[in-house]
Amino acid sequence: MEILMSILIGFLFMAAVYLILSRSLLRIIIGTGLLSHGTHLLLLTMGGLGGESAPVLADGITDYADPLPQALILTAIVISFGVTAFSLVLAYRAYKVVDTDNMDLMKGNEDND
Amino acid sequence: MINLLLFPVLIPFLFAAVLLLFPKKVKAQRIVTMIGLLFALASSFVLLYKVKVDGVQTLTLGSWAPPFGITMVSDMLSALLVTSSLLIVFFVVWYSFTSIGEEREKAFYYPAILFMLTGVNGAFTTGDIFNMFVFFEVLLMSSYVLIVLGGEKIQLKESIKYIIVNVVSSSLFVITVGYLYSVVGTLNMADISVKLAEIGPSGIVTVIAVLFLIVFGIKGGIFPLFFWLPGSYAAPPIPVLALFGALLTKVGVYAIMRTYTLFFTSDVGYTHNLLMILSILTIVVGCIGALAYFDVKQIIIYNIVIAVGVILFGASVMNESGMMGSVFYLIHDILIKGALFLFIGIIIKITGTSDLRKMGGLIKRYPMLGWSYLIVAFGLAGIPPLSGFIGKLLIVQGGFEAELLWQSIFILASSLLVLLSAIRIFIYAFWGEEKGEHLISPKKYRHLLAPAITLAGITVLYGVGAEYLVPFMADAANVLLDPSIYVDAVFEGVK
Repeated sequence: MEILMSILIGFLFMAAVYLILSRSLLRIIIGTGLLSHGTHLLLLTMGGLGGESAPVLADGITDYADPLPQALILTAIVISFGVTAFSLVLAYRAYKVVDTDNMDLMKGNEDND
Repeated sequence: MINLLLFPVLIPFLFAAVLLLFPKKVKAQRIVTMIGLLFALASSFVLLYKVKVDGVQTLTLGSWAPPFGITMVSDMLSALLVTSSLLIVFFVVWYSFTSIGEEREKAFYYPAILFMLTGVNGAFTTGDIFNMFVFFEVLLMSSYVLIVLGGEKIQLKESIKYIIVNVVSSSLFVITVGYLYSVVGTLNMADISVKLAEIGPSGIVTVIAVLFLIVFGIKGGIFPLFFWLPGSYAAPPIPVLALFGALLTKVGVYAIMRTYTLFFTSDVGYTHNLLMILSILTIVVGCIGALAYFDVKQIIIYNIVIAVGVILFGASVMNESGMMGSVFYLIHDILIKGALFLFIGIIIKITGTSDLRKMGGLIKRYPMLGWSYLIVAFGLAGIPPLSGFIGKLLIVQGGFEAELLWQSIFILASSLLVLLSAIRIFIYAFWGEEKGEHLISPKKYRHLLAPAITLAGITVLYGVGAEYLVPFMADAANVLLDPSIYVDAVFEGVK
């Protein structure tokens, strides 16, 4: 199962890198979204895919899943959600002002275009 | 008062939350921000005193015994950094009153600064590696707001790059924490230190060390990961630039220093050599950049890159002089970069341009500005008895003790280039014929000069009074070099 997850994560990273390297701003943002999905799955896998036991530690229970990765993922998801929303709004504003979503045309400043 | 170490983190946060309620009342915003900063500053000085007298302070949130709960740890290095970041924000906010413009003040400028301060201080104080990621995100999120606030064309263009670079590096941060967790099974930094020492040198630990160097290197701006820094930092207005230049890269540097002294001490021959080589290259690139540009902003921005290299070189040699020098230089650099940017800001406000070739002859009309800029520039280069000297002296001494002869000589030589780059601004802007018209009213000039000169005075005191600061710096270096002090402080209550 871990192997399968690793392949999936690798595939997500590959797609993310491909998208981030493209010119269109929207594709780049989708790329960062995929990147964080891959990251979250990686966290889950790193904690060990524990099978069916519950993440509860009580007297007499020896087999339990590690609850920490899930807490971490939850935090990371919320953060990446916020950042993605912000960057979408920013991309829209930039498109309105700069009049392009092509990263090649976003280089330089007014003095030396 | 076991909660004392949380005050510098929580006070800005609470005041920022209150400020969100009345964004349009500029006067009230300014007053409340100042009050909040003064409270936070007072608490940080008390904390500094407490850490000096009683040693490392720790707090476990929710009383979950370490390593299970999130621990906050304030050792001397954290306390010093927290105090100096509060100090710099205080002066930048004071400067902003006249500089930033009402438009931005009404658009949540002060709350964003205070939220950023929460993130910065939190990252300095936390003793939990994932919590550090969260605080990084807090400060990055606010810095996104600050860099784009105002919505000028150049800001929009540059902030997109800034955000994308940081999103990618944050993902890498989480990935690295994931790897680390799979190796040691804990997130508490003190516990990680113990577990990694048990594991000893192994391939995967070295890989994680290098990944951490990449993550924090992107934030801190070391070679070759600083590529985003000059462009993005030049976009926002001067007070924001001063904050970013003084604080944000230093958080990355602090994180490298912390992880490379607390976690990755088993394979020093590889990881710390890599750090040393990269820091030297960072200085080279910074020097080239600082001399190549005629844009005052770019010159000082490349000086940030140089300083990051110098600090990390001191940290990479891992002996007492080097580490103490690093801490000295780190605090010096926070103060001096803040002061420099404030002075540069006044020059830009007067001449209306940041191009050196279009300025000249300012010394006739603005002698105070000229001479105090010169003092700060000397401090930057490390001319005794000003603030940069003692730090660099100790770093170079540490280099010689570690028998890194050429590298240490190189650091000394780089000081000359730093001096040249800073003096170039002085020569072009203050000497020669007066050029262009002056766009600033005398009253506004005085209001801008007051915070800048006060900050410059503090940097001079920092240099002249170095004798009195040595015990503090020695404490900070001790904890860095001997992780057991840090670990024992965290686990004190458990045993």
